[in-house]
Amino acid sequence: MTASQILPAQAAKQALEIKAATFSLPLIRLLDNALDQLALQVEEKIAQAPDLFLHTPVVIDLSGLPEDQEIGSFPELVGVLRAVGMMPIGLRGGNALQQQAAKAMELAILSETRPRAKPEQRHEEQEPPAAAIEAAAAMPSIEVGSKVIAHPVRSGQKVYTAGGDLTVIGPVNSGAELMADGNIHVYGPLRGRVFAGIKGNEQARIFCQHLHAELIAIAGQYRVSENIPSELKGARVQIFLDQETLKIERF
Amino acid sequence: MARIVVITSGKGGVGKTTTAAAVGMGLALLGHRTVVVDFDVGLRNLDLIMGCERRVVYDFINVIQGDAKLNQALIRDKRCDKLYILPASQTRDKDALTKDGVGQVLDELKRHHDYVICDSPAGIEHGAMMAMYYADDAIVVTNPEVSSVRDADRMLGILSSKSRRAETDVEPITEYLLLTRYSPERVNRGEMLSIADVQEILSLPMIGVIPESQAVLNASNAGIPVILDQQSDAGRAYQDTVSRYLGGELPMRFIDAKKGFLGRIFGGA
Ligand SMILES: Nc1ncnc2c1ncn2[C@@H]1O[C@H](COP(=O)(O)OP(=O)(O)O)[C@@H](O)[C@H]1O
Ligand SMILES: [Mg+2]
Repeated sequence: MTASQILPAQAAKQALEIKAATFSLPLIRLLDNALDQLALQVEEKIAQAPDLFLHTPVVIDLSGLPEDQEIGSFPELVGVLRAVGMMPIGLRGGNALQQQAAKAMELAILSETRPRAKPEQRHEEQEPPAAAIEAAAAMPSIEVGSKVIAHPVRSGQKVYTAGGDLTVIGPVNSGAELMADGNIHVYGPLRGRVFAGIKGNEQARIFCQHLHAELIAIAGQYRVSENIPSELKGARVQIFLDQETLKIERF
Repeated sequence: MARIVVITSGKGGVGKTTTAAAVGMGLALLGHRTVVVDFDVGLRNLDLIMGCERRVVYDFINVIQGDAKLNQALIRDKRCDKLYILPASQTRDKDALTKDGVGQVLDELKRHHDYVICDSPAGIEHGAMMAMYYADDAIVVTNPEVSSVRDADRMLGILSSKSRRAETDVEPITEYLLLTRYSPERVNRGEMLSIADVQEILSLPMIGVIPESQAVLNASNAGIPVILDQQSDAGRAYQDTVSRYLGGELPMRFIDAKKGFLGRIFGGA
């Protein structure tokens, strides 16, 4: 007898579906066992791009440490990462004790796979001059999709969208920074710095209603304000890459 | 429920202390129990502007460090018995303002007052962070010039990410923009940003526009909050600001250039 024969028809509605999906996640690979050093360096990285890792699932990788090397307490390590907003979800590598500690904290134990080959490194001089960009470029994409921000992005604030588009409804002020793996849309004056296709996606575009940007960049090709033609200042434009050169076009 | 209001800006010399004294006095005159707290450790000029510098015995840091009780350090204003001042220390180092210590003092002040006004030091360093951390409302003071507006913008970003309200994910700080030292004549000559320019960049509601005024200098030299000078344009602009903060809807005054001699004779524009 199957389930549908026992249950009344309306209760037999399908409640779930199991499918395979692939996610690539940032790997926090420990190169040394000193937790206090780790905490400091994590905080430094976060300070460069506060939103980059906020609520981001990460995998802890201990395979770079010798088998017998202890890393203080494993829960403490998880605590360090959570304190800066990351969400550790699994462990790769590590000895039996460390894996046991991970299981006790309900982290998944992930099998050892060869790390994917790094995307080809682009020329140094093509890189936009921002430390945050390097941090973002070094990370694998996380499929977290797009983000919409409905408030002003102010001087000193940085917003990064991994694996999708970033849309801002409101002004992006001078001294603010937008970064996205995909396109960037700004419905409001754009006065800050914008980096679309930050991990090398040359198809990414920037759309804005009033162009006053300090810097625009797509896939590492960039232009600063003084190299933006003055007749395009304040205009509604789209910015895209054509044969590795940035094109700014009214639309 | 008492509200903690920070007067902040990023940039120095824009009129924060002038505003803290005026708004504090304005709220107290309307019958609200109000205390103004000076966070500017090392400079300590709120008490000068309030005219109570000779009555300072203990200060904010004495209270945080347990050397004095809060009511020993509080100074009651001689002109308005609803108003108190908690002076800053002139000598001690800024790190004495600990997060927990500040939190405890503000909590205690909230029990006995309706409004706790925090006069922030300039910059985005420790003292300024402590002044804004516990705020419910923020009055961001800016002058009509680019660098001041940019610093205000940065401070607004910090308010929305580094305050207790932001960290605990409750309703964010209510932000108000106050434009001070506004000179319509200089705006007309293109030497300063206009009200519309400032509002457009910061995209926040404007709670007041205080004109550049000799009355402010006279008042602070005399140790009288300028809001008590009911004849002056700046004093009346601060009164309007306090009314707007309390929910009143008033048109902005003193924002048009004074007419020259011919303008006064012929009227109109
Ligand atoms: N509306 C105004 N008109 C003229 N001078 C002003 C005005 N507001 C402030 N000032 C002057 O500017 C200086 C700085 O003001 P203050 O309130 O101490 O600023 P802050 O606390 O932001 O450093 C003082 O000399 C003050 O008298
Ligand atoms: Mg001051």
